[in-house]
Amino acid sequence: MEDSLDTPPVSLSHHVFVFGILLLLWVLLTGSLDVQELVAGTVVSLAVTLLFGSRFTILTGFRFSWLAPIYVLTYLGNFFIALLRANLDLAGRVLSPSLPINPALVEIRTSLKSPLGRLLLANTITLTPGTLTIDVEDDRLLVHWVYYPPGTDLQQATEQISASFERRLSRFLI
Amino acid sequence: MSIIGDILLVIGCAFIALGSLGLVRMPDVYNRLQAGTKAATLGTIAVLLGIGFHHPDWWAKLLVIAGFVLFTNPVGSSTIARAAYKVGIRPRPLAGKYEADS
Amino acid sequence: MTLSVLQMIALALLVLGIGLSCLRLLLGPTTPDRVVAADTLAVITTAGLAGLASVFDNPIYLDVALVYGTLAFAGTVAIARALEGDSK
Repeated sequence: MEDSLDTPPVSLSHHVFVFGILLLLWVLLTGSLDVQELVAGTVVSLAVTLLFGSRFTILTGFRFSWLAPIYVLTYLGNFFIALLRANLDLAGRVLSPSLPINPALVEIRTSLKSPLGRLLLANTITLTPGTLTIDVEDDRLLVHWVYYPPGTDLQQATEQISASFERRLSRFLI
Repeated sequence: MSIIGDILLVIGCAFIALGSLGLVRMPDVYNRLQAGTKAATLGTIAVLLGIGFHHPDWWAKLLVIAGFVLFTNPVGSSTIARAAYKVGIRPRPLAGKYEADS
Repeated sequence: MTLSVLQMIALALLVLGIGLSCLRLLLGPTTPDRVVAADTLAVITTAGLAGLASVFDNPIYLDVALVYGTLAFAGTVAIARALEGDSK
């Protein structure tokens, strides 16, 4: 399945990025900025980057720019609001005695090209109100609705949800 | 400070309990997944945040766990949904259209 | 280690969640239903282990939670992929 996704070529900046992520993870896990820990972390991160960096292609979709951190943060902020709304919506559904559900399946397309972009879009759709990604195949996503209001255009409603997050994601991902 | 942490703990555990209730009440796999995944993800993050208020010096590791849960939980539920779909389970009271097995 | 009233309530809710998930694990008519319940139980356990770290005031349980979460995720994906393989 992964082979069918188009992966951009691996560059030097990709290696630097992987190294940075690994070192950040090391610092967070050890929880100290001690010189010894930092040296050990640098050595391990460097070794892992050199050995596996070219195969670690999941991060290649990242689009580097000075504004990227801001885009990531606005995406995360919107995502958390959606997650909270999803849970309140679901709590209401579960607690009401009649259990108002009206499931549907929809297939939509995404314009995101990178595996990471598609993964994050699928994750976002799963955690936003009422929708769940069942399968991602090339640029098609199969989405399950827990309740869709009768009479609405399902295709359009789903594309509206995915489009708003796709726009935010495409600012820092290919 | 620790009162805020305790309140967040209660909120998180309440979401977890509601999600499990949804897991029992919902009629098929996909709806159960919707209830289970969303509630467990937000519940766990709220619990971790609450613990962060009790022990501010643990923030780094709590952040790693929260990020990990946020990243892997939807992936796990999507793989289960995919498996259920491939095995041939379809949402029962079905509205809308979907393509037959491609 | 004494628990405040709010922490007691949180613990009771967590136990309720575990009980309901176990119920679905036992009932679950199809295998995917049981996998969903097991996956949810694993996430609840991760949260519970983090809670243990707080109650015992010992950060080592956070590492346990992290490793448990990783293994549970790998297990869920492995079982799901195995189920998929059955259908062919």
